[in-house]
Amino acid sequence: MTAESVAGSVAEFAIGRRSPAAAYAARFAAASAGGAIRLAEIPFLTHLNVRADPASPAAERIGAALGVPLPVEPGVVTEGGGLSVLWLGPDEWLVVGPDGAARELTERIRDAAAGEHVSVVDVSAQRTTLVVAGERARDVLAHGCALDLHPREFGPGRCAQTLLARTGVVLVAVEDGFHVLVRSSFAAYAAEWLLDASVEYRG
Amino acid sequence: MLLIACPWCGPRDEAEFHYGGQAHVAHPEDPAALSDEEWARYLFFRDNPKGLFAERWSHAAGCRRWFNAVRDTATNEIHAVYRAGEPRPVIT
Ligand SMILES: [Zn+2]
Repeated sequence: MTAESVAGSVAEFAIGRRSPAAAYAARFAAASAGGAIRLAEIPFLTHLNVRADPASPAAERIGAALGVPLPVEPGVVTEGGGLSVLWLGPDEWLVVGPDGAARELTERIRDAAAGEHVSVVDVSAQRTTLVVAGERARDVLAHGCALDLHPREFGPGRCAQTLLARTGVVLVAVEDGFHVLVRSSFAAYAAEWLLDASVEYRG
Repeated sequence: MLLIACPWCGPRDEAEFHYGGQAHVAHPEDPAALSDEEWARYLFFRDNPKGLFAERWSHAAGCRRWFNAVRDTATNEIHAVYRAGEPRPVIT
């Protein structure tokens, strides 16, 4: 390979982004055709890991700057203005926003922290988001998740870090199902597992 | 399989946790002042009771926090869980 062709392929790589589960789009669509289950990927969402003392003025200012308070109750998601904030731990949150928002959101949080002891890390590339929705979504996840996902326990506005098919995930309950935030390097495994677990519900 | 109640997340499958050994083992105030034997005792010697044992667990696949639990080593029953920094509860 010549130096020119190497440079050319690097440039192409930089322009074309490819999401971790991109190769599964057609199989997700086919599995969703029956209507009882819907599988899809939402690629490239902005994910910021934020750590701060929940009782500090900085935590309050960050909530105000985002327009969404940082939830202090375990397993709770707060939402507003196109952002969600997921409780990950007593001093740790995941701010989820649209593609491309990382820089602006990071600056907004840093400004709100105003020098206090706060950490903000762009972890957008760490995980991708798989949608498991439809009336049989809970049945599919129950094949590999020990949590009680019934809406009375885990309805919209709830999140949990747990194991799905022995893989670490962040589960988020949404209106018509779940978002499964899975590490990029596990996305293909999770996609294969979801496709397999959903076979009997495809109708 | 144990069902362990994380003090933050609630009851979760044992597979989500890592075990951390005996709880409340205080780091020596002045390690340099210890004899080799005293240092080895701090590093390597742990209680091994048949019965109630306060031990550390980490919710590794969940909130990733360390916490303490009082478990009966004979029955595996967990009598109490409490957050790091909280005193060991009295079990009657
Ligand atoms: Zn936990």
